[in-house]
Amino acid sequence: MKQIISVLTENQAGALNKITGLFARRAFNIESLAVGVTEDKSISRITMIVDSGNNAVEQIEKQLNKLVPVIKVRRFDDSEVIGKELAMIKVAANSKNRGEIKNLADIMDARITDISAATMTVEISESPDKIDLFEEMMRPYGIQEVARTGIVALQKGSSSIG
Amino acid sequence: MITGAKAMVKGLKEQGVDIMFGYPGATICPFYDELAKDGTIRHILVRQEQNAGHMASGYARKSGRVGVCVVTSGPGATNLITGIATAYMDSIPIVAITGQVATDMLGRDVFQEVDITGACAPFVKHSYLVKDARELPRIMREAFHIASTGRPGPVLIDVPSDVQNQQFEYKDPGEVNIRGYKPSITGNMKQIKKVAAEIQVAKKPLICAGGGVFSSGAQDLIKKLSDKGKIPVVTTMMGLGAIPTSDPMNMGMIGQFGHKTANYALNHTDLLVLIGARVGDRAVTAPDRVEEQSRTIHIDIDPAEIGKNMTPTVPLVGDVRHILEKLLEFDIETDSGEWSQELQQLASEERNKVSAKREQTIGPRNFMHALSAQLDDDAYVVADVGQNQIWAGKYIEVKKGRFLTSGGLGTMGYSLPAGAGVKFADRDRQTVVVCGDGSFQMTMNELSTIAENDLNLKVVLFNNRKLGMVNEIQKKAYSEGPFAVSMPDTPDFCKLADAFGIRCRRLSDENQMEDAIREMLSHDGPFLLECVVDPDESTMLQ
Ligand SMILES: Cc1ncc(C[n+]2csc(CCOP(=O)(O)OP(=O)(O)O)c2C)c(N)n1
Ligand SMILES: [Mg+2]
Repeated sequence: MKQIISVLTENQAGALNKITGLFARRAFNIESLAVGVTEDKSISRITMIVDSGNNAVEQIEKQLNKLVPVIKVRRFDDSEVIGKELAMIKVAANSKNRGEIKNLADIMDARITDISAATMTVEISESPDKIDLFEEMMRPYGIQEVARTGIVALQKGSSSIG
Repeated sequence: MITGAKAMVKGLKEQGVDIMFGYPGATICPFYDELAKDGTIRHILVRQEQNAGHMASGYARKSGRVGVCVVTSGPGATNLITGIATAYMDSIPIVAITGQVATDMLGRDVFQEVDITGACAPFVKHSYLVKDARELPRIMREAFHIASTGRPGPVLIDVPSDVQNQQFEYKDPGEVNIRGYKPSITGNMKQIKKVAAEIQVAKKPLICAGGGVFSSGAQDLIKKLSDKGKIPVVTTMMGLGAIPTSDPMNMGMIGQFGHKTANYALNHTDLLVLIGARVGDRAVTAPDRVEEQSRTIHIDIDPAEIGKNMTPTVPLVGDVRHILEKLLEFDIETDSGEWSQELQQLASEERNKVSAKREQTIGPRNFMHALSAQLDDDAYVVADVGQNQIWAGKYIEVKKGRFLTSGGLGTMGYSLPAGAGVKFADRDRQTVVVCGDGSFQMTMNELSTIAENDLNLKVVLFNNRKLGMVNEIQKKAYSEGPFAVSMPDTPDFCKLADAFGIRCRRLSDENQMEDAIREMLSHDGPFLLECVVDPDESTMLQ
């Protein structure tokens, strides 16, 4: 089952290493990982997606809690959070199909952020499955490069983990 | 203005540290210079860094305080790794200080640089790479706090040489307050009530005591719980002696190499109360089966241990001592008469078995019985790893003393330096090391430290000229049988001891056993007793 793990940690050298080390040691793959500071500059938020059995993820949560720099850990499933990811897709484009690409981008609320004689770069901020869908739509034109940030997520409504 | 090195010494003194185990080198010299200047902390020079870790561990386990060790960067630090990992697996509080190359050299693979905080990350409770001396006063305080509170464990402080030399204005860091580290000590009252209710209705209750009982100093409460609830007790290897091994309610040690009665109890209980035991695979070989057959209560200070290897009926997080104090306020008397009598009968039969007397070799069980008969009630026994460990664990009587061993990592060579550590904590405590010829040769260089410090440590060496335990496994389970386990040319251990100025006796006839043990124990100074053991002796004595 896919789960989102949100971790608040001291913003210090080595903390991320300690956290990802816990996963590596258990031969767990992290599907996506995003790190950034929070409203409090001394605290970072790490958002991860893992796909594994519930027991295994629960054990990881407990091990994360044991790390001294880790301040808080929460696990969510998709329905509990607003989760978004930013992707940039560089796609082959010419004067003939630029309009089509622009149309598709509009439908998905994506933006053209760069353009050259032979390419267009489209930026989209969405849930991962919508980004997957958009990537599929771009594929026939010839995708040259994709960069994705990994998901960041906050709980729905007024609750927060801090 | 003070230097980082001085702040380190100040931090140690503040914690009441008066002894540390170490081995110097270039990058830790500024610290050693301050140590020399200060002159109040005794420094024990070990003969290899791993042993500084083991000595600090033995010291911590005897004194109940944090053991401290210090080594240089690079090879000093990597040698210490096994000591740190051993302490981690057994939840022993130590603070390890390593020198490091100067901060502007970090990451450039300069002479004697290793990423020791990176290397140790999976088996330290916490580590620091200190980049600014102004953080040292706080870090020193935090390190001791983290090592000794909650579930104890090793903390590593890696200090670059320039940080040790850095001058700064000392400011008191105040009380320790780490927002990500607040171990919960007191148990949840609702859960404790549930536990009491479970115990009341059990017909075949069983307490399983682990190393956590010693970490929280709750031996007396295990006894009280057993008495009040009429609950038989088994222990893990780490929990050996949680109640005296001769107590009629003690059914022995569980596990692959444990007592028959203890394993029988584990396999037939209807309520298993795990107390400070982490359900390690050597202790509980089939947790699924136990889960199916009985209700389970798991009391541990580390929430991550609960549900890791077994899913308990009632989980209970907190310090064992706190929890048992509260639990004992409830009415928990069980109706376990039949069950307890059956077990007591089996245990006493098992305990009273003896092996036929021999004259060419020493029977391990008979030896352990003879040794137990002469040991002080509060003696410390430190066993190594291998067959010798199993024999000691199963057949030595632990009364008011302790049985120490490397239970989690199974580190050969642990016993000699750890035994020395016990002696440094309590010079007058009778302390006996039990080891094999293989394990002894891993750390026998510490005989030098032992002689130098005139530690009255007794060493029993079971010489089977083999890596006996591996020999046994290979014979049992591998098609080619024993391979690479024979050491026919082991040295003449008595000559070796003599070279260190240590008294020695070689024993091969059981008729001489009592006399040899008496000589060893009454000698005023270190003593090596080499016992000739049959190379094909098994851990499964009938
Ligand atoms: C550092 C280390 N290396 C290897 C092992 C694997 N091992 C476990 S027991 C054992 C044999 C120990 O031999 P010895 O000390 O002579 O004890 P005996 O079993 O003969 O009593 C070995 C090699 C280990 N536990 N630790
Ligand atoms: Mg041997």
